[in-house]
Amino acid sequence: MDYAAVVLLEVCYMIAFLALISAGLAIVFGMMRVINLAHGEFVMLGGYATIAASKAGINIYFAMLVIAPVVVGVIGLVVERLIVRFLYGRIIDTMLATWGLSLLLIGLVTLIFGNTAVSVPAPIPGYQVGRYQMGGYNLFVIAIAILLMLGMWLVLRYTRVGLVARGAMQGADVVAALGHNPKTIYMLTFTAGAALSGLAGGVMAPLTGLLPSVGGAYIAKAFITVITGGAAVIAGTLSTSALFGTVNQLVSFASTPVIGEIAMLALALVLLRLMPQGVTGRLFRNST
Amino acid sequence: MAISRRTLLSAAGSSAVAVSFPFRPAIAQGAPIKLGSILDNSGNLDIYGKPMVMATAMAVEELNTAGGLLGRKIELKQYDSQSDIALYTKFAQQLVREDKVDVVHGGITSASREAVRQTFRRANTLYFYNVLYEGGVCDRNCMVTGTTPAQAVEPVIDHAMKQWGNKIYTLAADYNYGQITAKWVQHYVEQRRGTVLKTDFFPLDVADFGSTIAKIQEAQPNFVVAALVGGAHLSFFRQWAASGMTKKIPLASTTFGVGNEHLALSPAEGDGILIAGNYSQEINTPANKDFLARWQKKFGETKIVHEIAVSQYQGIMLWAECVKKAGTIEREALLKAIESNPKIEGPAGTVALEAKTHHAALDIQLMEVKGQKLTILQTAKQRPPSDTAQFCDLAKNPNENKQFEVKT
Repeated sequence: MDYAAVVLLEVCYMIAFLALISAGLAIVFGMMRVINLAHGEFVMLGGYATIAASKAGINIYFAMLVIAPVVVGVIGLVVERLIVRFLYGRIIDTMLATWGLSLLLIGLVTLIFGNTAVSVPAPIPGYQVGRYQMGGYNLFVIAIAILLMLGMWLVLRYTRVGLVARGAMQGADVVAALGHNPKTIYMLTFTAGAALSGLAGGVMAPLTGLLPSVGGAYIAKAFITVITGGAAVIAGTLSTSALFGTVNQLVSFASTPVIGEIAMLALALVLLRLMPQGVTGRLFRNST
Repeated sequence: MAISRRTLLSAAGSSAVAVSFPFRPAIAQGAPIKLGSILDNSGNLDIYGKPMVMATAMAVEELNTAGGLLGRKIELKQYDSQSDIALYTKFAQQLVREDKVDVVHGGITSASREAVRQTFRRANTLYFYNVLYEGGVCDRNCMVTGTTPAQAVEPVIDHAMKQWGNKIYTLAADYNYGQITAKWVQHYVEQRRGTVLKTDFFPLDVADFGSTIAKIQEAQPNFVVAALVGGAHLSFFRQWAASGMTKKIPLASTTFGVGNEHLALSPAEGDGILIAGNYSQEINTPANKDFLARWQKKFGETKIVHEIAVSQYQGIMLWAECVKKAGTIEREALLKAIESNPKIEGPAGTVALEAKTHHAALDIQLMEVKGQKLTILQTAKQRPPSDTAQFCDLAKNPNENKQFEVKT
């Protein structure tokens, strides 16, 4: 019984992890059809911003929840102005440019922080489930993921900003005719996506060591989650995070973490074969 | 071209060197002896490699300050393999073909050693591997000055089982070091009538140990043995502490401390972990204090000095001792010196190379992590590499070229 609770908690944590690291990419790819291969590096930068800020004596929660997204959001804004805005609608060119950007960011971070693993201790102590000890910080990650998803859904569904953003993604001409500037909307959306990636990096920083090349570990998982999710940003991210997180952890418990990852990738292959437009291309078609 | 004062002076300077050179052979030292080294100075494994690179530079500098070897200077060719096995093979080729070095001291992971060992053997370039490892390499061209399982794993298992009980859960890195070390752990546990409940292997980039920590609690072992390697695996100790396990199930490790993990973790996270090895900064001998003082003088900070940095230093000094003994760097004569039981006194105690295995007998410290330090519980003088000696006899079979493993 206790063991079942432990497994359930670990499954929830993995779902939260996938949703967190995919949210920024889901906005940028799902809404703008921009393939941002530097997404993993945005997450990595969020982690470094958090660790640098907390080493400078700033409260760790403030560092991860405010400083990391703001720093990476600003970087995203600069990237959008300098690179991405010239490449909207040119998918291959965007991939090439953002891949170059990811190499550049890895190089810069290596120059500044060195190619050495850094980390901060988790600020929340463990707790007891029956006769098992669990990481308390994992609950914090789950809570942040839930709040984030809820927040994104409320903004996109019920606010004017969200409506305009969704409108611009579906028909930029119509939105322009109604007096909004699509270029400004694209810029803000990309910035928001980058900020969310930074938030994910900040929140994950205390659980894993951080290296300049750590983005590679995030980007594959984020991409299969978003692409298998399909067009709807929130329903897609949530449904595939839930599916992949559950499969990954249950198989990990039954065998090893390596087989868990393989099972997740195999499932993604099967799903994309059956639903090439992603899960939300077939199911939940009118969701956000 | 306008001739400025600077270009004129430098031209004059270089021609002066060129002129004076032929008149120097009286004190001439001949070409320098070339010492090659490949180590991971960046990337996931740089927690091991950086101090080793520093130790290499320090050893070479000290030898040169003392007048070099055989009246010749030592020239260091140091390459950074960036935690990438492909670069090891590339730089090994470079060392034997381009640089034509006389000896190589290098390699960190066992995967990297196996990537380069045959290259050096084929090129007849003597190779020193100065890192703790899983034991069993039997190759006349390869000298090992790090510890093997009989030296460092058995004492940990022995002490931990007496103290904590006989049910063990093993976590190991998923490559030859972890795989073979896990077999030795099982061997020593079963010798003492214990059981290994389960062994889990992790690739070097795995950083999420949540399901593993839950599985360990399900299995309820008396203690956990961690043979984990690299920066990503450090997350295990962090997540173990974050879930409050440090007070529930004790940890023993075959690698902890070697990458200065005790400095990366807070005292609350690291205290109580049991380890054994050749070196701790706490060793209270004049040789060690002097070594640390020299390190302090050269690099300004001794915090990062770890076991395999000291092993690398001792390996180079042992090689230098053999060169002095042989009076030449010619291969066969040097091998003869290597096989005549040379020994040196290093910071970690006596290093005595055995002719039969080309491995070294070493002093072994049983240690516990306390307040970010490796405090010494017991010292065993001159423990032999008896695991490798079970299989390997290079005096009898000088052409042997394989790595033996324990059967479980």
